[in-house]
Amino acid sequence: MGKYIMKRIGYMLLTLWIVVTITFFLMHSIPGDPLAHMAKNLPEQIKQNYYQKYGLDQPVIVQYGKFMKNLVTKGDLGESLRYPGRSVTETVLTNAKVSGRLGFQAIAIGITIGITLGVIAALNRNRWPDYLVMFIAILGITVPVFIIAALLQYTLSVKFELLPTTGWGKFKHTVLPTIAMCFGSIATYGRYMRSNVLEVINQDYVLTAQAKGVSPFNVVRKHVLRNAILPAITILGPQIAGIFTGSFVIERIFGIPGLGSYYITSINDRDYTMIIGTTVFYAALFVIAQLLVDLLYGVADPRIRVSKNSK
Amino acid sequence: MEGISKDKFRKIGIDPSSNEAMARPRVGYWQDAWRRLRSNKVAMLAIVILLTICIMTVIGPHINGFKYEEVDSSKINLKPNSEHWFGTDELGRDVFSRVWQAGRTSMIIGIVGALISTIVGSIYGAFAAYFGGKVDNIMMRIVEVLTSIPYLIIVIIISIVTESRDIGTLLLTLTLTGWCGMARLVRGQMLQIKQQEYIMAAEALGVSPWKIITKHLIPNSLGIVIVSITFDIPGYIFAESFLSYLGLGPQPPATSWGALASAAQQNFIFYPHQLFFPALMIALTMLSFTLLGDGLRDALDPKLRQ
Repeated sequence: MGKYIMKRIGYMLLTLWIVVTITFFLMHSIPGDPLAHMAKNLPEQIKQNYYQKYGLDQPVIVQYGKFMKNLVTKGDLGESLRYPGRSVTETVLTNAKVSGRLGFQAIAIGITIGITLGVIAALNRNRWPDYLVMFIAILGITVPVFIIAALLQYTLSVKFELLPTTGWGKFKHTVLPTIAMCFGSIATYGRYMRSNVLEVINQDYVLTAQAKGVSPFNVVRKHVLRNAILPAITILGPQIAGIFTGSFVIERIFGIPGLGSYYITSINDRDYTMIIGTTVFYAALFVIAQLLVDLLYGVADPRIRVSKNSK
Repeated sequence: MEGISKDKFRKIGIDPSSNEAMARPRVGYWQDAWRRLRSNKVAMLAIVILLTICIMTVIGPHINGFKYEEVDSSKINLKPNSEHWFGTDELGRDVFSRVWQAGRTSMIIGIVGALISTIVGSIYGAFAAYFGGKVDNIMMRIVEVLTSIPYLIIVIIISIVTESRDIGTLLLTLTLTGWCGMARLVRGQMLQIKQQEYIMAAEALGVSPWKIITKHLIPNSLGIVIVSITFDIPGYIFAESFLSYLGLGPQPPATSWGALASAAQQNFIFYPHQLFFPALMIALTMLSFTLLGDGLRDALDPKLRQ
């Protein structure tokens, strides 16, 4: 197991390095001048000073070396080009807290509801609860998240004035975005759990348990659920990725000062250091999340652990 | 038995020459699959909806006489009426024509994107599976690294760098890492088939490798690839609508369902009907492709059927 973890961490670092390098060189290959908007009307001397300050007067490869050195030794991603004096690392971390809270809520609620609905649907196969759950699942998969968000805003905030449309700070601000965000997870988990449970329910050990007189509730809890939930861990990785992409749109619609909306702002501002920094952060989070999911799966399922050890 | 006279019966005997003849026409894999698909009402409905949408994206923009980019400042934000069937938007453009024109972009991106990623992914995966060993190992490591980069971030970065917003560039950015899933799928399927008994039988009978590839490997992995295409198409339409929402999609006068929906979302509170039609189209298309994919999976892989 230890060797496996080391190997995975090695791959993770390699991936991260590739992402950082590609992003850095892509960003620096964009034609035009990242400082053009502020250096346009300045005297030549001041312009030169600006370029020196951001190290833009040096060749790209030197800039890259400096960037990597700062990133690895100090975790420093540089300074915003658009807003001088603003540290990228700090901004990313502050905004990530907001996004993290929202994302965590959405994943926790989405998975819980999704698993519950999936089990209910499978146990009531081809009866109305099954059809209802499948209908919700299909809606969640087929309707883009920004349309769900708009509908939620329209009904719950504008028509019935129950919750605020936009803003951030109090708990009530997180309700609508969380619902909108977890809709996709509910749908995916509902569908996935339904087919898993249907598969497990036909296994011999379930029949054995029933024959031995285990109560229906305990059959589901101890035998069906335990076996059906295992494969569901594997789709946790894509789900986390989905929450990232969802956050770009959701945070913008609900006016939440999170990392997603900040990323979009820096894209529109063409704030290159900000874009690189945020990309690196996203990539790191994503890769770490994937690693954790894989390790979790190994811990939860002894069969996988055995096959890995025997290799 | 007593009521029936003996002369109603007659000996027909056995004709040894027709022993080997087939009683019914042979039902091939594809015919069988098509028969199963045809009996699946939901999947057939999905096909009808998709065909209708496809035809409408071709003729739709010309039906009611308004051009999709035609601005009319006297008719802003109209509700659906007899003249403008789906109403007009904030520049007085006819939403009916726009929805179908947008559908053209979205459908092209969905279908062509899925085809590109399928072709690239299949070739890559088949290559890796065929050569095996070290080549396979290295090729799959590359895929592993590529898939662990967040997909949307690559797309966003590339579309910032290219600065161009036409369909070609969009397709390129969307398919840049999109083929990895297909490559894995095809490789896994090929490796699995390669170990089946009938391949061994074919090899033992002296069938040439080329014939094994074209007669056994490709047809037997085609089913899973087709199913995967139907699930990929809505994925691309979805990704495109995200990009459009972030302002990285097609730029005016070109439009797509995502671009329409994101424009309408901003004044949704006042003119909900503007969001309704593009949203309906996205949802209908996604739903139809998903249901068709489910149906195809059942039809092409009888083992998976429950």
